[in-house]
Amino acid sequence: MDIPYTTHAREDTGLYNAKVGIWLFLASEVMLFGALFSGYILLRVGASPGTWPVGLLNVTLGTINTLVLIISSVTVVMAWASLKMNRFDRFKIYQAVTVLCAMIFMVIKSFEYYDKFTHYEVVLADGTILDGHMVEKTADSITLHHFKEIKPQGAATNQAAATAQPAGAPAAAEQGGHGTAGDHATAGDHGERKIMFSEVAKHESGRVRVQNYGPWHNTYMAIYFTLTGLHALHVLGGALVIGYLLGPGSKMWFTNPERFTNRIEVSGLFWHFVDLVWIFLFPVLYLL
Amino acid sequence: MANHSAHSAAAPSPGQPAGHSHAGHGHGHHDVSKEIRKYMLVFGALIVGTIVTVAASKVDFGGHGMNIAVALLIALVKGFLVAAFFMHLIDEKKLIYGVLGATVFFFAGLMYITLWCSEPGSFIHIKKPTEAKQPAAQPAKH
Repeated sequence: MDIPYTTHAREDTGLYNAKVGIWLFLASEVMLFGALFSGYILLRVGASPGTWPVGLLNVTLGTINTLVLIISSVTVVMAWASLKMNRFDRFKIYQAVTVLCAMIFMVIKSFEYYDKFTHYEVVLADGTILDGHMVEKTADSITLHHFKEIKPQGAATNQAAATAQPAGAPAAAEQGGHGTAGDHATAGDHGERKIMFSEVAKHESGRVRVQNYGPWHNTYMAIYFTLTGLHALHVLGGALVIGYLLGPGSKMWFTNPERFTNRIEVSGLFWHFVDLVWIFLFPVLYLL
Repeated sequence: MANHSAHSAAAPSPGQPAGHSHAGHGHGHHDVSKEIRKYMLVFGALIVGTIVTVAASKVDFGGHGMNIAVALLIALVKGFLVAAFFMHLIDEKKLIYGVLGATVFFFAGLMYITLWCSEPGSFIHIKKPTEAKQPAAQPAKH
């Protein structure tokens, strides 16, 4: 059975059907991300004053990823325009760049995620907070380097750890020496220290207070992983579709070029939406 | 599919421009090359917008609230450029505008309810845990 209106516009809508379909889908996507943005706002305004972490993410990597997505958005629309101008060769080049951009985005995002999963906060029995990147973790100890030490004086809490950390600190971890500072480390020290679990404070459950910056760390990390994770899935899905239409799916150009061009337009609309979501995610999660 | 292309005489073969079609816009060859100039301008604007967003986050506009407003304003402009030109919403059929109108309505409603809820004294007042604890913790400071 033929699918109707794949190339010709329906008389009543003036559109080929796939275009109506993708816009209905994007409308539902707006509400999906909208609900999560709503969750973000409520978590943020509901947080205790001064506790919402700012500057926990690497702005440079976020900016690069923003530019990568913008470039991919341009190549997607240029690929479609190339088909309209009957330049299949250029279409292939543009979409190859798009897929490459999608891969670069995912690689950078993976590095950012990895950084958070190896970034630990350890609370010692005397209340001192050690915040840094893990070098090694064994059954009874954890070794941190480039860590900050926050002494429990008065109001020094978890939040002090978050605010004491300058923007882009996780990435800065790659710089600096690996010298062992021993026990007399202070905030911002670039030392390395092995912490025995016996000197670490415990939760009521008996679990030691050694925790990385995964989604469970605080509500900020939870909404960060939820929003960027869902967005990354969209990047992956979009890249798969665009990759298919660049590879095996491109055979349709030689049998039904008009329908193929429409497929490129529809997949492009999805890709632009993914870019659009990131345009809002970037300032909200990285800068504000 | 094979017999579908048979009756669509207007559908170009790979040897002919795909531009003169009934699909979507029906941009001609010439129109598309004009569009490309627009795409490049939007590309430049988006790059500049990204740099401005990062730069603006380092400036104090008089309170964090103002900085959030500025960042969201830039994001809205960038979002508009992508939607209007890359997604061709500047020149689209009525049905699409209808679908998007409904989306904007519900999205705005969702955000309105969200902000309403986050106002102190609203029907869901989020009690801040430190409100009660803070006075006790304060005397420790000199």
